[in-house]
Amino acid sequence: MITEIGHFALILAFALAVFQTIVPMYGAAKNDRAFMATAPLSALAQFALVSVSFAALTYAYLTSDFTVKNVYANSHSAKPLIYKISGVWANHEGSLLLWVLILTMFGAAVAVFSNNLPQTLKARVLAVQGSVSSAFLAFILLTSNPFERLSPAPIEGTGMNPMLQDPALAIHPPLLYAGYVGMSVAFSFAIAALIEGKVDAAWARWVRPWTLAAWMFLTIGISLGSWWAYYELGWGGWWFWDPVENASFMPWLVATALLHSAIVVEKRNALKTWTILLAILAFSLSLLGTFLVRSGVLTSVHAFASDPQRGVFILLILCFFVGGSLALFAWRAPTLKAGGIFAPLSREGALVINNLFLAVSAFAVLTGTLFPLVFEALTGGKISVGAPFFNTVFGILIIPLLLLIPLGPLLSWKRADVLGAMQRLWAAAAIALLVALFVMAFKERGPWGAPLGIALGVWLIAGSITEMAERTKFLRVPFSTFMARLKGLPGAAIGMTLAHIGVGVTVIGIVAITAWKVEKIVALKEGASIEIAGSTVTFVSETPSEGPNYSAETGRFDVTVDGKFVTTLYSQKRVFRPSRQPTTEVGIYPYWSGDLYVVMGDAINTGGRTVRVYFNPLAPLIWLGTVIMFIGGMVSLFDRRYRVGAPKRAKQTAMQAAE
Amino acid sequence: MRTILAALLALTFLTFPAIAVEPDEVLKDPALEARARNLSTGLRCLVCQNQSIDDSNAGLAKDLRVLLRERLVAGDSDDEAVGYIVGKYGDYVLLKPRFGFHTLFLWLGPFVLLAIGIFVLMRMRTRPVVVNRENTLSDEEKKRVQDLIKK
Repeated sequence: MITEIGHFALILAFALAVFQTIVPMYGAAKNDRAFMATAPLSALAQFALVSVSFAALTYAYLTSDFTVKNVYANSHSAKPLIYKISGVWANHEGSLLLWVLILTMFGAAVAVFSNNLPQTLKARVLAVQGSVSSAFLAFILLTSNPFERLSPAPIEGTGMNPMLQDPALAIHPPLLYAGYVGMSVAFSFAIAALIEGKVDAAWARWVRPWTLAAWMFLTIGISLGSWWAYYELGWGGWWFWDPVENASFMPWLVATALLHSAIVVEKRNALKTWTILLAILAFSLSLLGTFLVRSGVLTSVHAFASDPQRGVFILLILCFFVGGSLALFAWRAPTLKAGGIFAPLSREGALVINNLFLAVSAFAVLTGTLFPLVFEALTGGKISVGAPFFNTVFGILIIPLLLLIPLGPLLSWKRADVLGAMQRLWAAAAIALLVALFVMAFKERGPWGAPLGIALGVWLIAGSITEMAERTKFLRVPFSTFMARLKGLPGAAIGMTLAHIGVGVTVIGIVAITAWKVEKIVALKEGASIEIAGSTVTFVSETPSEGPNYSAETGRFDVTVDGKFVTTLYSQKRVFRPSRQPTTEVGIYPYWSGDLYVVMGDAINTGGRTVRVYFNPLAPLIWLGTVIMFIGGMVSLFDRRYRVGAPKRAKQTAMQAAE
Repeated sequence: MRTILAALLALTFLTFPAIAVEPDEVLKDPALEARARNLSTGLRCLVCQNQSIDDSNAGLAKDLRVLLRERLVAGDSDDEAVGYIVGKYGDYVLLKPRFGFHTLFLWLGPFVLLAIGIFVLMRMRTRPVVVNRENTLSDEEKKRVQDLIKK
């Protein structure tokens, strides 16, 4: 019964979404207030209905109701509670329902938080939002119904991919989807602006928080996926340029560009058409990502639920939104008035360069991801494009951008004194150079360029701090004045500095793990030990154990440094029921200098086990950096200026004038 | 994102790790083993999805790893060893496609786009004022502004 309620709510939500697409759009065109006023209400109601639907599916999972086909195919009664919940979205149908849930949640949030938006703009934004959810609700209802029943009902489910039974991976999809889908708001704003024919500073100010929120989710979602790969796949790799990773990375790159170009629209009223285009592209790439993952067109480790027939439907959705929005863009963009002008050497100029490099990087990733598909379609031949290609091309494109990051914020708007800005960065450059020399002197091995890579990271951190020190006149005014200035800084400025520092921290982590990783692969019998990077790892014992839905062999490893006991690490090999699929649990001990990473492998005929021991220098910095970026986004999001809307201010002045 | 480094350097000494390499495969000579590891990250495990033979525990990947090591032990140079495997399995085995007419778009596309972008920016630079002449100051007005600023 509850399942049918869920299904019915979804059908109602679809009808409402269609209504929300047409009526407010018509109302905005005819300037009919009553019609436009339906938009927020239907957005809220739609969210409520999809929530009911999602709750119904979750209920079916929690109660292991195997009369529901989706639950039977993806769950198992012995699964721990958290994976029963995450099981809802660890499959094709459920993950699409989550997609739409988050989409309608953003729609509802726009309805609630955008009271200071002009009524026509708000109606149009929500109408576009409604059109996206109509398309996806239709997709779910027609091709991927999660509420399909099964008769007779099986006694037990077939279980969930054990690789996905992990806390990080349980929350990875919701975060990533929040990022993907969050881009829909920027997209809706862009389409609405094209229809209205008006893009101004106020528009940019409304769009930026939404883009920022989506970007934050995307950042942390990607980072979580990478961290999961690092500790779950069992060999210390953390980024594979897998098509599905690329699918999330491309929207991230474009969203990052969008965040920066929206600043130019907000502050200088320039780059409007470009910003609109980026908003369209960011969401188009999110849709493309959904298409790539959901259609199974690129089968990869992530494609745990793929069905080529559904691919055609998503492809149609993709073509409609991407083609339609780009056509609208081509038609309407020329009518947008060009805004403020600027010299090439200026803050605007720097942001344009930033956008150029980010967009081209995204294009390179896109080309590499789709090239094998297109190549096969055109020539019939097969070609591989893998990590070595991406490393080379993406690396060449991203390094100049990274080098320029500290310079940008020091340039002034309109026309900047580049030489002066560079002079102010001399301290940062000196620190980076010193660090490079220091690393060069003390490193015993590794590629010759690694110290330069570390220096790049230090340059990013020191350079970002320089800008903040400049703003607060650090060391040039009394400490109390400095503190006062620091407190007076807008959230957006602090957020930017933090985000840029985060990039530097991540770069250092990447360089260190790439250049100085130590790896030992040995056959160890119980009691034997191996030396790695100053630590002694002893294989103490292995014991069998039983988990709720798996059997495991647990290897115990004692770690000592100079004979002194440091820690005990456990590495497990699990075999899950009912699929008999094995997974590996890694033992990780974080030193300040990096992770000690122990993996117990298969048993060897001659006795003992294959043991892989790694020392991954500074590895945690990779993810720490992304967390700093996330916090930077958060600080920027809470900048007062985004909450004090332009119209409200106008009202205040009007009131003051009346007094 | 080992990219950053990858492009910074000629990454000849990088060893990428793998769950796949078994202790019995490892060559005695560390220099030779390092070369083998480096080369095997660039070779595709043909039966896997987007994995190099270095990362994969598939049987074919192991065969290729062993084959590669045999070639290196026999005294092949890096190019010869990889060439031997490409000869047997075709270009598909290369994770980094060869630069050629058929991969022109792949290799040059991004850089052509970058060049176009820079070209457009340069053009914007030469005629930014023309676009909104009516909103800008005339030369005379500019001069007056300059005079006022100087005062």
